[in-house]
Amino acid sequence: MYLYPLWIRLWHFVNAILILILILTGALMQFASPDNQFLIALFPGSVRLHDVCAIILTISYMAYVAGNIISDNGKHYRISSKDIFPDSGIQLKYFVWGMFRKEKRPFPVTSGNKFNPLEKVSYVLVMYAALPLLILSGIIMLFPDMKIISTFGTGFYIFSDILHIILGFFISLFLIIHIYTCTIGPSTGSIFRSIMSGYSESEE
Amino acid sequence: MRYLLSKLLLIISFFFPYSANAVDTEEQSVQDKIKYVSPFAKENEQCFSCHTLNKYEYTDDVTGKLLKGIMDPEGILVRDHFYSSNHKSFSCTDCHSSRYQEFPHSEELKSLPQFNCLDCHAGDAAYAVFKFEDIDAEFRKSIHFRLEEKGFNCWQCHDPHGYRLTARHSKDIKETVIYDNAICLDCHADYERFSRFSDRKKIKLSKVHKWLPHQSTHFKSVRCIDCHTKANENLLVPHYVMPEEAALRDCRKCHTEDVEEMASLLMIKTDNTNDRDLNSDVIMNGLSLIGPNRNSSLDKAILTFFTALMAVIGIHILFRIIRK
Repeated sequence: MYLYPLWIRLWHFVNAILILILILTGALMQFASPDNQFLIALFPGSVRLHDVCAIILTISYMAYVAGNIISDNGKHYRISSKDIFPDSGIQLKYFVWGMFRKEKRPFPVTSGNKFNPLEKVSYVLVMYAALPLLILSGIIMLFPDMKIISTFGTGFYIFSDILHIILGFFISLFLIIHIYTCTIGPSTGSIFRSIMSGYSESEE
Repeated sequence: MRYLLSKLLLIISFFFPYSANAVDTEEQSVQDKIKYVSPFAKENEQCFSCHTLNKYEYTDDVTGKLLKGIMDPEGILVRDHFYSSNHKSFSCTDCHSSRYQEFPHSEELKSLPQFNCLDCHAGDAAYAVFKFEDIDAEFRKSIHFRLEEKGFNCWQCHDPHGYRLTARHSKDIKETVIYDNAICLDCHADYERFSRFSDRKKIKLSKVHKWLPHQSTHFKSVRCIDCHTKANENLLVPHYVMPEEAALRDCRKCHTEDVEEMASLLMIKTDNTNDRDLNSDVIMNGLSLIGPNRNSSLDKAILTFFTALMAVIGIHILFRIIRK
């Protein structure tokens, strides 16, 4: 089943590389310490690389939003407020209990519904809430001389700063969970192969 | 279209305040300060008529001939800067020999000893607040003191014909920062002037500060001396300039709530709080310096969550292996 068109695979690949670099450089900056000669030596390069990748990620994000508006890929991110909580519960139960008892997937992948409810919620939260806020707070930190900062006052900058760190950490956790849950496919590597080939592998 | 462009420019100017307007305002503030009329204005003008120009001409007192020449760059002054300086009420001959009224000036006048700060200000109760003796003691420990034999003295930083107090009187810390940093840049960004006192190779400031994130923002918000001098809680402006390798390179010294190293710049802020309102620039400046963005509790929370997640995933993997 053909699930991932070329533009999504390309965007996903670029986004994955950028996010990995941004998390790594972000962590190097967050935990840099003059007491650690190795970390402090990496600090200037981390800042520069983080800035460059963040700018490319912003452009890539705009392309992703535009792609979802133009193509029908956006339909996968539509959440039904009525079903999402019970469905997420069913999916969670499968991950912590059902899959160990060899139960069938409660929400099998189809071309009309390629995400399970937990994926849908987490992707919407990450792509339409966390990432835009991360980009906006990053812009504030990249241009600390912006008049908007002095207009809103001291607290605004500190809030943006802490928000950026928390959201960056939230996305790091998401990435770990995302990679791990992608090993829970028909086989351990099948979902990774799918995002490269575009074709989903069916269950045995 | 024109309407859209004007709106766009308005939006851009909202986000980037350091535009022509900021420069205009700064220039205006200098203009305001030079409304002073010196009681010696007419007398001083005899000197300024030549010493504000690149080329000079005068009539030789003995031969009556008109002589022309190119002024020594060190002898060129800016009239407006003098009349906005600390010494604006002075007559030129208060400090310089009255024999300078003879033309041509005698060569031997150049070898006369010059006044330094302590010659006038030491031991004077009226100037006790400035602590000139303490400043001198700090200067003698500083790396600049090594250059004394090459002629480096107070005047190299504090031009007697233009220096004005900013840290004590300015309503805007950013103005103080720009003014004070310009003093350092006079030598450190002008290799010709720098090489008069030092044999060191040309230093590119942006390159040696490459490690510093948001370089231009730091240069606009923090004085060079805040990182390059040893803080002294007894002095508003520390003068103990340390060697390059001893300069502050620890972000946490400023970007935490504990700002002991920033004592001198914060002293300006607190020193002036009583007699003026803190405007937004001052608050912003304080923010740039003391933003508590290095939050150890946050670091701990991040590591705890990360460890917990890895543990959950580890357990899940274990069950997958067992139940395979």
